[in-house]
Amino acid sequence: MAAIRVGIVDYKAGNLKSVENAVKHLGADYLLTGNPADFSSVSHLIFPGVGEANAAMSALKETGLGDMIREFYASGKPMLGICLGTQIILSESEEGNTPCLNLVEGKVRRFVLPPEYKVPHIGWNQVTFTIKHPAFEGIPENSSFYFVHSYYPDPENSENIAGQTEYNIRFTSAIAQKNIIAVQFHPEKSGEKGLALLTNFFKWKP
Amino acid sequence: MLEKRIIICLDVKDGKTTKGIKFKGNIDLGDPVEMARKYYLDGVDELVFYDITASHEKRNIMIDVVRKVAETIFIPFSVGGGIGTVEDIRSVLLAGAEKISVNSQAVKNPDIITEGASIWGSQCIVLGMDAAKDTEMPSGYRIFINGGRTPTQLDALAWAKKAEQLGAGEIVVNSMDADGTKDGYELTITRMISENVGIPVVASGGAGKPEHLYDVLTSGKAHAALIASMTHYGEYTVESIKDYLKNRGLPIRSDYRKQA
Repeated sequence: MAAIRVGIVDYKAGNLKSVENAVKHLGADYLLTGNPADFSSVSHLIFPGVGEANAAMSALKETGLGDMIREFYASGKPMLGICLGTQIILSESEEGNTPCLNLVEGKVRRFVLPPEYKVPHIGWNQVTFTIKHPAFEGIPENSSFYFVHSYYPDPENSENIAGQTEYNIRFTSAIAQKNIIAVQFHPEKSGEKGLALLTNFFKWKP
Repeated sequence: MLEKRIIICLDVKDGKTTKGIKFKGNIDLGDPVEMARKYYLDGVDELVFYDITASHEKRNIMIDVVRKVAETIFIPFSVGGGIGTVEDIRSVLLAGAEKISVNSQAVKNPDIITEGASIWGSQCIVLGMDAAKDTEMPSGYRIFINGGRTPTQLDALAWAKKAEQLGAGEIVVNSMDADGTKDGYELTITRMISENVGIPVVASGGAGKPEHLYDVLTSGKAHAALIASMTHYGEYTVESIKDYLKNRGLPIRSDYRKQA
């Protein structure tokens, strides 16, 4: 791995052990921290999270991590959103009617589906890449990734859609904007394809 | 399209994978970490580790296994057996498991489901249930605890609905009538529970052939099928089972093979 330093944002939203394990397995130098000052030395930011949007936004405000993420984005360095982390970068979430970080214009919506479609959407589902992106390099079209979520990102501008997935409806499962790549699925739990995405992210120079 | 999951269950005793054989006791199948790695590379979608260690003081051995597994495989896995408190849940999740499952402990103390779900989310809390046919019960199935040894007053369908309300994110329905027979899953109870809850249902007990998985994933309406002995002795591989299901038209993850 080239000289990179990965910062994993710990804002107490769920268990980050599997993200940490995957990054460690890939041999990247990393730190997992909730202290905004620690991120000054970071070249690649991972913004993960499992949990509830409102609680997550409160934690980001209280700790100053929200401002740190805004500044990191403005610096142009590569940043990866995962699951709740991806939702939080949009403008607002229907979950608790929460105003979010608004780095990418759009809304987070709850699945409203026929009863045979269980919510949360749990399990392996295919992602159709709608754009070419360095993070998807070498990963075959329609590869399966692991999902666990009840809400999905819905970016305002279609040029921000990087991948889509079918679950009764066709929803956005990957978002790209400048130095942000953000995915609704869990690359850290998606086997070798997920690890390939993380490796690509570490090599990415936006 | 959401794919049907194939889940392999490993029983772990004192840090070793084991399998109970009737009248012969437990036989040692090997190191759970190595087995997990092998099944991961073979393309299993998820794993379950069931701690059958009798004594509480050996709990740390299991936590150590969980930690090593989490560093070795990059797919979801859950841990069950002997989890009765929020502290038990915490130690397993912090060791790197994706979810935990509760069975007898949840019958004795249903609050454990609610407490666990409120702290870590419903997706972390799986309810395992052992059910057997009983015409006295409204749904026709009774819940048993303590490894199937102790009958309860709980009706299987009522308990499944209750567990969903309490915050369980998934239900593993183990049919005691089918378990160990290798004659196929019990389709009736699997379908009944799947049709009456809003959360995914995992079928367990009775798998002997790939067509049994097909049956429970179609007419049984299960979202995932749990297997154990089918693959542990090399009779089938994950790949052969998945190829069979895929050829019969089920959505199955088959792109797991390592990229060149």
